[in-house]
Amino acid sequence: MTYGLAALDAKDIEKVAHLARLGLSGPEREAYAQDLSRILDLVSHMNAVATDGVVPMTHPDAAGLRLRGDKVEQEIDRDQLMAVAPQARDGLYLVPRVIE
Amino acid sequence: MTLTITKIAEDLAAGRCSSRELVDDALARIKTHAALNAFITLDEDAARRDAQAADRARRAGGAGILAGVPIAHKDIFCTAGVKTTCASRMLAEFVPPYDATVVRKMKAAGCVMVGKTNMDEFAMGSSNETSHFGPVRNPWDHKRVPGGSSGGSAAAVAARLVPAATGTDTGGSIRQPAALCGITGLKPSYGRVSRYGLIAFASSLDQAGPMAATAEDCAHLLAAMAGFDERDATSLDAPVPDYAAELGKDLKGLRIGVVAEHFAKGVEPKVAEVVREALREYERQGARLVDVSLPNSAHAVPCYYVLAPAEASSNLARYDGVRYGYRAPEYQDLEDMYKKTRSQGFGSEVKRRIMVGTYALSAGYYDAYYVKALKLRRLIADDFARAFEQCDILAGPVSPSTAFALGAKNTDPVSMYLNDIFTIPVNLAGLPALSLPAGFADGLPVGLQLIGRYLDEACLLNAAHRFQQATDWHARVPAGI
Repeated sequence: MTYGLAALDAKDIEKVAHLARLGLSGPEREAYAQDLSRILDLVSHMNAVATDGVVPMTHPDAAGLRLRGDKVEQEIDRDQLMAVAPQARDGLYLVPRVIE
Repeated sequence: MTLTITKIAEDLAAGRCSSRELVDDALARIKTHAALNAFITLDEDAARRDAQAADRARRAGGAGILAGVPIAHKDIFCTAGVKTTCASRMLAEFVPPYDATVVRKMKAAGCVMVGKTNMDEFAMGSSNETSHFGPVRNPWDHKRVPGGSSGGSAAAVAARLVPAATGTDTGGSIRQPAALCGITGLKPSYGRVSRYGLIAFASSLDQAGPMAATAEDCAHLLAAMAGFDERDATSLDAPVPDYAAELGKDLKGLRIGVVAEHFAKGVEPKVAEVVREALREYERQGARLVDVSLPNSAHAVPCYYVLAPAEASSNLARYDGVRYGYRAPEYQDLEDMYKKTRSQGFGSEVKRRIMVGTYALSAGYYDAYYVKALKLRRLIADDFARAFEQCDILAGPVSPSTAFALGAKNTDPVSMYLNDIFTIPVNLAGLPALSLPAGFADGLPVGLQLIGRYLDEACLLNAAHRFQQATDWHARVPAGI
């Protein structure tokens, strides 16, 4: 049983994959279209429950989100951090040219 | 052989063995049982060195109960200088420059890490089959899954390779593998254990916890892991009880809520019967069973499969091939680099969830999916609050079935997701819950789930401990172990 939410086709998947910066082949798009449609079908069962006026719950209430002072708490050595980068030089991360 | 921390601590204190011997033994056992594929990385030299340091510290006096005990960390916890892969090609060569708070605290308590355990990629899975490093096998039957996502930790403890391991639980990832492998595993209350250095999957649900043979061991481990951490914005600033000291209280008058929906259709009859028999043991100990209902829990799986992927799609956006992790070898431009890096670096289940989450958060669908799920989450949490007006803890099966065959469900994501139908509501509400061995169905372990009030881990651990004082299911080990 579905509740009127759309099934996805390969074109929808292409759009979602682009938003998520995932490159997919044609057959992958077809397969994911089927998978995601089935998952959204499962998800659509949420619509059986009336939720008017319910306050959304983003995280367990008791936890809360604490802010801290804007001061340095910890320093990991810059060279150590950059040592795990795929490509870095002179303290800079290297990426393909974005400004001509 | 029952290898418990309590027993090991006695032996160490009495000088019957050294930490170095325990570590050598653990490493040898891991190699003997390499077919389980429970570990991704071993850290042998450091483990031997740390064990010797623990032995020296013990001779100098003042060693705590965990001092010199070999443990393993799920490969989702950052370990300074030791590869942390999250079972993904994306992080296959990643060596973190810092320790997760859990790792740091357990080190401070004297635990000796022997290695990092296998898991589902980025903790996304219920069978350990999504690991880039291959599936873990269930020590009770190598043709079956150990559960997931903390499958390597569960298998390692079940096969007594190590007495304890850490896990993380976003929708059942400690409790379900603990149940399927016949060990004890605790998911603490959200905020109880720091998430700093724990590679993020779904930040409002993720929680780290202990996995061991007994509840008593879990009590010692939780005491070491838990506590406020300035570096985790959702860490709870509350005192940590001495969990082990609170064990042993009798259960007379304890009200156990039996969740009607957790015995409904879909649960294997033999699993339900083992769990009912466990509840009769509680009655024999003076506890009172109360029927309770969690009417909205039927919608927990749909709700979770919006919220967890939504949070994952955001958390995993950081893997772009720039600052750390995998980068595709060939690309045209920046966007092409992102796309190739991410499609080659992530496995298919991770990509599936990123796309579900991206879709649910995208313009035009945000209210219908994401906000709707957040509202349902509130209703599910409210159900628990109402149930706890009538009882002190809730009980039911951890999983609707025992360990299933490798390959049986990994081609059908929806049937895989339904494994976590009884564990997911707990994460949505942020409550503590524990899985303990309750018996066997056709030779495979069955787990009993106990769910507690927020921050009431002590009550759960005590209830599990009392059960383990009266039964020996937790002491059973697979053939050949």
